[in-house]
Amino acid sequence: MSAVRPLRRGPLRQTQLYDLHLARGAKMVPFAGFDMPLQYSDLSHVESHKWTREKASLFDVSHMVQHELSGPGAIELLMKVTPSSLDKLGHNQSTLSCLLEEGTGGIIDDTVITRRTDETFYFVTNAGRRDEDLAFLEAEISAYKQAHGADSIKWTILEDRALVALQGPLAAEVLQSYVHGSGPETDLSTLYFGNCRELYLTLPDGSRTPHPLLISRTGYTGEDGFEISIPTAGSPSLPAQVTELLLTNADQVRLAGLAARDSLRLEAGMCLYGHDISTAQTPPGASLGWVVGKDRRDPATANFNGASAILPQLASPAKTLSQRRVGFTVEKGSPAREGAVIVDINDESRTPVGIITSGLPSPTLGGTNIAMGYVKQGLHKKGTEVGILVRNKLRKATVTSMPWVESKFYRGKA
Amino acid sequence: MSAIARSVRPFASRVLSQKLPLAAACRVSPATAFPRGSVRNFSQSPFMELKKYTESHEWIELAADGKTAKVGITEYAAHSLGDVVFVELPEVDAEVSAGEPVGAVESVKSASDVNSPVSGKVINVNSILEDKAKFINESPEGDAWIAEIEVKDASELDNLLDAKAYKETLGDE
Repeated sequence: MSAVRPLRRGPLRQTQLYDLHLARGAKMVPFAGFDMPLQYSDLSHVESHKWTREKASLFDVSHMVQHELSGPGAIELLMKVTPSSLDKLGHNQSTLSCLLEEGTGGIIDDTVITRRTDETFYFVTNAGRRDEDLAFLEAEISAYKQAHGADSIKWTILEDRALVALQGPLAAEVLQSYVHGSGPETDLSTLYFGNCRELYLTLPDGSRTPHPLLISRTGYTGEDGFEISIPTAGSPSLPAQVTELLLTNADQVRLAGLAARDSLRLEAGMCLYGHDISTAQTPPGASLGWVVGKDRRDPATANFNGASAILPQLASPAKTLSQRRVGFTVEKGSPAREGAVIVDINDESRTPVGIITSGLPSPTLGGTNIAMGYVKQGLHKKGTEVGILVRNKLRKATVTSMPWVESKFYRGKA
Repeated sequence: MSAIARSVRPFASRVLSQKLPLAAACRVSPATAFPRGSVRNFSQSPFMELKKYTESHEWIELAADGKTAKVGITEYAAHSLGDVVFVELPEVDAEVSAGEPVGAVESVKSASDVNSPVSGKVINVNSILEDKAKFINESPEGDAWIAEIEVKDASELDNLLDAKAYKETLGDE
């Protein structure tokens, strides 16, 4: 229980909302090189989690790395470093994808990529992978430029942008009330999950925001919601102004921190890089085979990094994959957490057959212990009973399909 | 599996699954304690303090008989943990050593061992906590004690922190 005193490598960075966090009673912790809010004084972790599922929460995710890649070579480069069918995306459509290591197809990072125009892409990567991602992209882009000319690609890291996520069933109603103007594009009911739009918000004095905000209908909680990219050029206080605006009605929207973010994303079955996925897994190895575009699976034409390792895994997983990422529901008692060893329940010698990579008692499910992890091929089927060792005690667990809490993405009416 | 275990974990993201071992904090070394003997027996001391603390945020309170003691976690610890969702209690009759786990408390985001401040034998556990873990948040230093221990050597309490010294350890947190 002693407060964690982390090793600090250099000073922590602050997001544009740092002062606002302190003013709102945030408990700050080091995360991915930033001093970030874990939770706020008005709500406990569990209360904040439930608030997000019932109302709406605002998360500062400005630590994440926002990129813009443009030019005639942008799509070719992105379709080499990811296995996604980016050429099938319409303008302002996005997809979850993975940056893949050349040769191995190991996941360097997960990312959401948005096609803004034919030749312009916006994508967001993890703060915790900043150094690795930038070195990887730098090398790939400079190789591409060598072959295709210096003007073939322009890569910009959007350092001056903030990013906030508004998540929860009230998110659309709240955001709609601040959208500026009256054209059809201002109607959020036509902005579906996985799409984005540039919109102005109306500030309290009636004026519109000095910049349009890039509003993407997406999130990391399983709820309906938006990620809002906020430019700061000439208006450094815009992120704080927008945040204060969205927090106007404290009965609807509250700030939420990393603690709630982690329990919400786990209930939604979403991976946390560095825990549930790493360079040691390919997308199929991490049960993320669906990120590989359907039309990119022909070995004769597939040209993305690691295709030769990944395509056989997609074609015959039982033969090529030694372990699978699955969900578990664990019996009442101690939660199984990251690092807990999975054993065959019928094996008295307790030979390890897997490992838990994330786990906690689910606030939405009344404290039911849920966990994600890797288990030996063959023991991965839904309903399989396994044992998990928690402080040397055997806990019974069952392989369960994910998510545990149904996602409520806004896909419009069919 | 080993591949996963080996994988680089960006330090910062570990915050989300932080394990907070009570044992991690430095303890007062018993070697520095004043040797106790029959001359100044702990239980006879008119000035003895019945309730002591550890730097790792456990408390122990010696009963009037000088032989048994209740053990729990401090207000500070309960507050830091947030909503406690599960308390692992020890087995009755279990032998415990000072600094070794006598139970565990879990919040949604973390698990923490509760270490026994002294050596002894568990004679009773607070079974209310089995069904109502959150009781720890309500009364951590009162009715939500975790275990009752038959203390092997009451003089071990002399090595622990008094209320004032414990409070001072919290100054920088």
